[in-house]
Amino acid sequence: MSEPRPLTPKERMAIERQRMPEQDPSARRANFEEVNLGYPERLAMLEAERCLRCKTAKCVEGCPVAVDIPLFVRHLAEGNLPAAASVLLRDNALPAVTGRVCPQETQCEAVCIRANRGTPVAIGYLERYVADWARTHEEGVTYEPAPPSGKRVAVIGSGPGGLTAAGELSQLGHDVTIYEAFHAPGGVLVYGIPEFRLPKEIVHQEVERLVRRGVRIEYNAVIGKSYTLVELRRMYDAVFVAVGAGLPVFMSVPGENLKGVYSANEYLTRVNLMGAWAESSRTPVLRARRVAVVGGGNVAMDSVRTAKRLGAEDAVIVYRRSLKEMPARVEEVHHAEEEGIRFEFLVAPVEVVGDERGWVSGLRCVRMELGEPDASGRRRPVAIEGSEFLIPCEAVVVAIGTKANPLLTSTSPDLRLNRWGYIEVDSNGMTSMPGVFAGGDIVRGAATVILAMGDGKAAARAIDAYLAGKPSLPVVP
Amino acid sequence: MHPVVSNTKLSPNVVRLVVEARRVAEIRRPGQFVIVRMAPGAERIPLTIADADREAGTIALVIQAVGRSTTELCALRPGDSVRDIAGPLGRPTELIASGRAVCVGGGVGTAVVHPIAQALHRAGVEVTSIIGGRSREWVIYERELAEHGEVIVCTDDGSYGRPGFVTEALRDVLAAGTIDAVYAVGPVPMMQAVVAMTRPLGVHTIVSLNPIMVDGTGMCGGCRVTVGGEPRYACVDGPEFDGHLVDFDELRDRLTTYRDFERAALERLDHDCKLGS
Ligand SMILES: Cc1cc2nc3c(=O)[nH]c(=O)nc-3n(C[C@H](O)[C@H](O)[C@H](O)COP(=O)(O)OP(=O)(O)OC[C@H]3O[C@@H](n4cnc5c(N)ncnc54)[C@H](O)[C@@H]3O)c2cc1C
Ligand SMILES: Cc1cc2nc3c(=O)[nH]c(=O)nc-3n(C[C@H](O)[C@H](O)[C@H](O)COP(=O)(O)OP(=O)(O)OC[C@H]3O[C@@H](n4cnc5c(N)ncnc54)[C@H](O)[C@@H]3O)c2cc1C
Ligand code: SF4
Ligand code: SF4
Ligand code: FES
Repeated sequence: MSEPRPLTPKERMAIERQRMPEQDPSARRANFEEVNLGYPERLAMLEAERCLRCKTAKCVEGCPVAVDIPLFVRHLAEGNLPAAASVLLRDNALPAVTGRVCPQETQCEAVCIRANRGTPVAIGYLERYVADWARTHEEGVTYEPAPPSGKRVAVIGSGPGGLTAAGELSQLGHDVTIYEAFHAPGGVLVYGIPEFRLPKEIVHQEVERLVRRGVRIEYNAVIGKSYTLVELRRMYDAVFVAVGAGLPVFMSVPGENLKGVYSANEYLTRVNLMGAWAESSRTPVLRARRVAVVGGGNVAMDSVRTAKRLGAEDAVIVYRRSLKEMPARVEEVHHAEEEGIRFEFLVAPVEVVGDERGWVSGLRCVRMELGEPDASGRRRPVAIEGSEFLIPCEAVVVAIGTKANPLLTSTSPDLRLNRWGYIEVDSNGMTSMPGVFAGGDIVRGAATVILAMGDGKAAARAIDAYLAGKPSLPVVP
Repeated sequence: MHPVVSNTKLSPNVVRLVVEARRVAEIRRPGQFVIVRMAPGAERIPLTIADADREAGTIALVIQAVGRSTTELCALRPGDSVRDIAGPLGRPTELIASGRAVCVGGGVGTAVVHPIAQALHRAGVEVTSIIGGRSREWVIYERELAEHGEVIVCTDDGSYGRPGFVTEALRDVLAAGTIDAVYAVGPVPMMQAVVAMTRPLGVHTIVSLNPIMVDGTGMCGGCRVTVGGEPRYACVDGPEFDGHLVDFDELRDRLTTYRDFERAALERLDHDCKLGS
């Protein structure tokens, strides 16, 4: 059989973006199974043919870790999955994760040339397809670690930043131990992002692979308590800190300590990490009939969709700006709408109202209008006088952001922090403590999975250079 | 994995469990706690470190069976093990350096004041411990506390020691001479009563709070309590606070959040046990 003729650009342009098959909204809002089902082979191949294989590919510039998108998509279109997977994994250690959770619409897909006329190539869906193939065909992907260096490195935190650094460092021949405060690995990927968006099995598989390759994990090791950073620095040749930004922010309105008010961190941790999504769980979570979730990011969207799945009749997002300003991934907002989530835009809570027995009975709010742009460039919401109203509800989940947790940093006097408490690093990712590197949310503030992974990879290379005693090159990005 | 070394019954529903946890034993200080998860799928349960043996690499947990998880923990035998122990967590007790202190313990709290009494005694503070229980068989840690100073035992039914509540004995001790600090650990109503007594006298009083916790690292905010009108996280800012500033009513109320769930869990355990036997 002869090779099929490659398509002409015109033919490629004629192919429409393939839809992601998904669970029906009426079914999925009552279960925790993954919403997106993944492309079948035929759709993946067809979607891959939409890529114009641009010489100067804009999409690559839009990806924080510069995945060679045209090349992996081309291998996929040609049916060469081992090659596609190798290209992808070269730049991205957790593509099965990022393919599912990256905000593609503001990154790679935003700048895809095809976004100018019509819809961009579904890079995220293709990434997921190739990554899922690689997960089930590990023998097809080559792994060649460097010979043992004799150096020992500690990684603090097992979120995407820590896992990526650990994988990279161990491949570079170093002996790696991860210290994790929780009893399970994965960070936000496991305790924050719900199963219906990112199956935990994917993270566990990644972690198991690391462990098979010799990475050790110490669970229940709360650095700052069990050991200080200074102690770990003495025990290891280098340390990478990736503890995330895990301190909840509350609204500071009256009634926030009523029974039924959760931080998103607590709500999601109970449901995801502690398994309270199952009725048989040993850890409880309140299954309220009406739940108000305050915030407009991914965290708020995950919380409100979780509330729905826990049986809420009314699950409502309370957001002080409008749909346009919502920082959540577009796909999540779309899915939430389909699942019957209600949105109250331009609304800000002023008080959590309780009944005589101390339980939440409602959220008192004011309506807002958009005023002048603020420092972030977004128009600042201003309260409309006399617009108060009540959202009746039995639970409130606060998802308005996180801060740096001082548990580790406050016991490391030599660690320089910025004025928000995040760790300062130089262009190599090294902190003010020699040999101690940091990355992910504890450096950037709440950011994204792919940025944390990028930091982990860059830091691993900088650590490798540091351990070899040679000056390291600044690494992008 | 943390093997169980011994299990000693102290009262009808309180057990002293000694488990291996080398690092915790090495660095823990009085007032600190651990979070224990017995097995995969189990809850994370905060428990104060009652004692530690550095050489043996063990810690002692004194556990009162109040619900499903604590009942199961109390049933562990040597040869069993505890899956996860995280810690030591929380701030160590703020110890006075000299003078006279009273340590008040109610129920399982008696075991929790023990390391405090011990540390105070070692620092040269004169310690009086007041401990209580429903009746004689509920009194725990009397002998251990006696090593660190005078012990006044109270029983509700008068079957042992002084009849009545610990607060009545405390009133007499406070009346008898100057007290520099009171440390109170026990059920919320007991701590509340102690604080009500010491407040008018201006006696510095430290209490150990037991709100519901998940992570124990400041990440969930579930353990928030109001102290001096400010929200504080018991797991990282506490668990011990200035008793005169604590909003006990709020704490007491928040502790009932999962009451229905807890009752059902206990019924299930009961049911499973009957089926199993
Ligand atoms: C609900 C939710 C949804 C999100 N959705 C998306 C999304 O769709 N797309 C996206 O790109 N990003 C999303 N994010 C953001 C993204 O998850 C984070 O930016 C990313 O996980 C940061 O990675 P990290 O490695 O820096 O830290 P984390 O993932 O926070 O991991 C830190 C790890 O360190 C551990 N740790 C903390 N303190 C200590 C200590 N003292 N000692 C030892 N271990 C410690 C923690 O237990 C944790 O395991 C979401 C975040 C949340 C909370
Ligand atoms: C810092 C701290 C130190 C503690 N030290 C000890 C100790 O040394 N010995 C001891 O016996 N108990 C101690 N406790 C209390 C102990 O953690 C609870 O009794 C236990 O979690 C109850 O679990 P359960 O499933 O058996 O009971 P449940 O049926 O779940 O609850 C029974 C009671 O315990 C309270 N409770 C439930 N879950 C928690 C939780 N996660 N944290 C706190 N309270 C909870 C409930 O409000 C209820 O009143 C401590 C609590 C804290 C916060
Ligand atoms: S890692 Fe994220 S941004 Fe980069 S190509 Fe994949 S989906 Fe796009
Ligand atoms: S910009 Fe779009 S069309 Fe061009 S190579 Fe990238 S994905 Fe393909
Ligand atoms: S237990 Fe989660 S913040 Fe204290």
